[in-house]
Amino acid sequence: MSERKFSVWKGTPEGGKLHDYSIEVDKGMVVLDVVHEIQKLHDSNLAARWNCKAGKCGSCSVEINGKPKLGCMTRLNEYGEDETITIRPIKTFPIIKDLVTDVSWNYEQNKKIAPFKPRERDADGNHRFMQRDVDRVQEFRKCIECYLCQNVCHVLRDHEKKNKFVGPRFMLRLASLEMHPLDTENRIEDIKKEYGSGMCNITRCCTDVCPEHIQITDNAIIPLKERVVDEYYDPFMKLYNKIFKKSKLRIYIIKSYLVTLR
Amino acid sequence: MLDVKEIQTIEHDVLVVGAGGAGIRAAIECAKQGMNTGMISKSLLGKAHTVMAEGGMAAALGNVDSRDNWKIHFRDTMRGGKFLNQWRMAELHAKEAPDRVRELEDMGAVFDRTEDGLINQRNFGGHRYPRLAHVGDRTGLEMIRTLQDFCIHQGIAIHMECIALDVLKNNGKVSGLVAYWRETGRFVIFKAKAIIFATGGAGRAWSVTSNSWEYTGDGLAMAYRAGAELMDLEFTQFHPTGMIWPPSVKGILVTEGVRGEGGILLNNKNERFMFNYIPEKFASETADTIEEADRWLDGDKEARRPPELLTRDVVAKAIMNEVKEGRGSKNGGAYLDIASRQSAEHIKKKLPSMYHQFKELAEVDITADPMEVGPTLHYFMGGIKVDHETQSTNVPGLYACGECAAGLHGANRLGGNSLSDLLVFGKLSGDYASKYCQKNRLESTSEQEIENIIRNATDILNKEEGKNPFLIHENLQKIMNNHVGIVREEKELIEGIEKIETLKVDIQEVKAHPASQYNPGWNAAIDLSNIIIASEAVAKSALIREESRGGHTRLDYPDETKNGLEYNVIIKKGTDGKMETRKEMRSTPPEHLSKIAFSSLEELEENNE
Ligand SMILES: Cc1cc2nc3c(=O)[nH]c(=O)nc-3n(C[C@H](O)[C@H](O)[C@H](O)COP(=O)(O)OP(=O)(O)OC[C@H]3O[C@@H](n4cnc5c(N)ncnc54)[C@H](O)[C@@H]3O)c2cc1C
Ligand code: SF4
Ligand code: SF4
Ligand code: FES
Repeated sequence: MSERKFSVWKGTPEGGKLHDYSIEVDKGMVVLDVVHEIQKLHDSNLAARWNCKAGKCGSCSVEINGKPKLGCMTRLNEYGEDETITIRPIKTFPIIKDLVTDVSWNYEQNKKIAPFKPRERDADGNHRFMQRDVDRVQEFRKCIECYLCQNVCHVLRDHEKKNKFVGPRFMLRLASLEMHPLDTENRIEDIKKEYGSGMCNITRCCTDVCPEHIQITDNAIIPLKERVVDEYYDPFMKLYNKIFKKSKLRIYIIKSYLVTLR
Repeated sequence: MLDVKEIQTIEHDVLVVGAGGAGIRAAIECAKQGMNTGMISKSLLGKAHTVMAEGGMAAALGNVDSRDNWKIHFRDTMRGGKFLNQWRMAELHAKEAPDRVRELEDMGAVFDRTEDGLINQRNFGGHRYPRLAHVGDRTGLEMIRTLQDFCIHQGIAIHMECIALDVLKNNGKVSGLVAYWRETGRFVIFKAKAIIFATGGAGRAWSVTSNSWEYTGDGLAMAYRAGAELMDLEFTQFHPTGMIWPPSVKGILVTEGVRGEGGILLNNKNERFMFNYIPEKFASETADTIEEADRWLDGDKEARRPPELLTRDVVAKAIMNEVKEGRGSKNGGAYLDIASRQSAEHIKKKLPSMYHQFKELAEVDITADPMEVGPTLHYFMGGIKVDHETQSTNVPGLYACGECAAGLHGANRLGGNSLSDLLVFGKLSGDYASKYCQKNRLESTSEQEIENIIRNATDILNKEEGKNPFLIHENLQKIMNNHVGIVREEKELIEGIEKIETLKVDIQEVKAHPASQYNPGWNAAIDLSNIIIASEAVAKSALIREESRGGHTRLDYPDETKNGLEYNVIIKKGTDGKMETRKEMRSTPPEHLSKIAFSSLEELEENNE
């Protein structure tokens, strides 16, 4: 056991500030444990969301020392022993109270997406498809809806543009539907017009923060954009195809390009 | 002054309380039957406990081993439950689970596939054949997301972060429910003809548990206060493999899928100790040499199953005993080794969450080193007593399904039988609640009753001084761990019950910060009034069952008794307000079912129809 310093943002939609706490910490503790210690011993009124404490439900998203993360999967020993750990709510969504934000916008986006429409079953009552054909879709379906990707996407951070793009989480969901071997719905037109695929300029910030390590940009968004490009114009894809397509160094180049962009 | 007329009121035909697998499936069914359906949950949609389920969902599809059929699933469920299950429920479950799995696939779920492109099935404890439809080790996420994405298009009114306080009744029938919004702390009255509880268990009563914050037994306590009966609460499942190190993650689940994929349990002498704990009843179906167990893993259909896949009660007690006799792992558990059994690639593909969980929380690479595991409170076999056919409680208009309902699992649940339970009985309860609505009209609600419920909740906020709800909760967890743990004893139980009694007084004195908006202290204080009832019910049920069976183990009565099979323990609120416990005689099992349950496997494999 040892003492550590923490700074936690508390407030309402009207405003708030950081509060300092000194907490006894034990081996293996994660940031969410600290939030619970504060609630138990210092401030029972500190609002925070959590459910599983095992990285499975995506409830406990916060910004820890400026980085969007899951509180329950972030160990204190990731930070220097004397470093103050600062915990703030995620930025893109309106504050409800303290560490809790109003993420209802995301539920509205999901509802806009045309639902799954399966093909008929085979004569013996089964659906058949191969594992290799769904490895990709299953990667997308690992999403725990923590909305950390939504939180960092600069398109959504810019309020002017927010209602023009569903954001990386729902591009991922669209990709999982479009690549689903049983699905018969066509969403290509909507992906551009309704869901705003053209707004994404492939910065990969979303991919960087995904706690499930889903390759949101490369495996979901770019292939979707490619499908759209077959039918519609997308300025970023045109540029992307021109410069990077088929290059062996593609990922490397994009990464360095991004560093300069950010 | 409180003016009830000023309070927000929402009207539905059916109100479903809970948005896990059972609740959402129930709501979908109600909407399908044309009911005006509402659904409330403590958390955001998609975050319920079901999201954590890992290993899979049991259904005799026969895709991997065609010898499987509903009768063998039924037989396994009865044997796993030590024959204390409700026979009809176990029958319905085994028969309908395959259709519910296929239906989930038609809603968009993407299960892992066999080489022929069918839904793949994995081995799990107590299941004779590979039976669990799964998606790696995140089957619960697949289930809840699929149901969630489907249900938002069914016209269901979804009220998130809305916490139920108590049921309203008129003329003995359900008339509605009072709840509060977590965000604002404001109250809301739901008027409804029927209410379906799908609120899950009460595992947070123990300090070492795999359960989430929602598991405070709200449904059990609300049903109890409304006059419904509870049943089988002495049967609490301790999952044998929870994480034990570091301390802050103690209790987090390590899926049984690890053993299903070939993982073995070792003690500090590097012995596969499970070979020493094979119960007589399962001896003929369990491998007795390492050589045979290994052949089974290689797919030899003649080989019998390894003892690591015995039912959870058996494995949990075996680990406890190894530790007690000095053969435990470094931090007081057992070693679970998959690294030496499967390639790193296979482990990462089939058990990705486990790989990450250990890497990130314990700094252990499970593809190279063994995990350390020990028992953790995992599941409530008992719960609200329901009619076997309709899922109705003894309060007209009140239904229950999923983990909060009792009956299907008897004294011990087989892994994978919960996810299938949620869909089978979620659907049935939705179906019967809808039928009930068609025959009954909306009852009126009583202002006095509403006022009382609200006053109980707001009293906590209006105190100058009082006790800390979080510390009281910790106390309760200690009491349950020490007095109502895996192994129980009369003296300990009586002491535990006395301590629970004193804790009730403390709960009367709890206080929370006066701001009611999103106030965790207040939420926790309200939860206490529920979890204390669930805890008392478990302790009292455990005291009167003087035998050991499945998830209930008594040091002073170490064996199963013949008489133990003749009754279920029922809990009810007495007219004096005190908790009443009684033994209710079981009816004789239907002949066709008892014949199946006691048949040999060969007989059931042959007449597969
Ligand atoms: C880590 C883990 C792994 C598991 N793995 C498996 C597995 O592989 N296979 C398997 O079959 N089973 C598994 N189980 C068990 C299974 O997941 C649960 O039993 C099941 O998900 C319970 O579902 P449910 O629908 O009954 O309730 P839940 O999913 O728990 O939902 C309960 C709902 O009720 C709501 N609620 C509760 N109280 C209130 C209130 N007062 N007001 C409003 N809403 C309320 C909650 O908010 C929630 O929405 C696992 C369990 C755990 C913990
Ligand atoms: S890659 Fe696209 S979706 Fe992802 S953060 Fe960048 S702009 Fe947003
Ligand atoms: S894609 Fe990743 S970051 Fe985005 S919501 Fe899903 S899990 Fe979170
Ligand atoms: S609490 Fe569930 S992901 Fe952190």
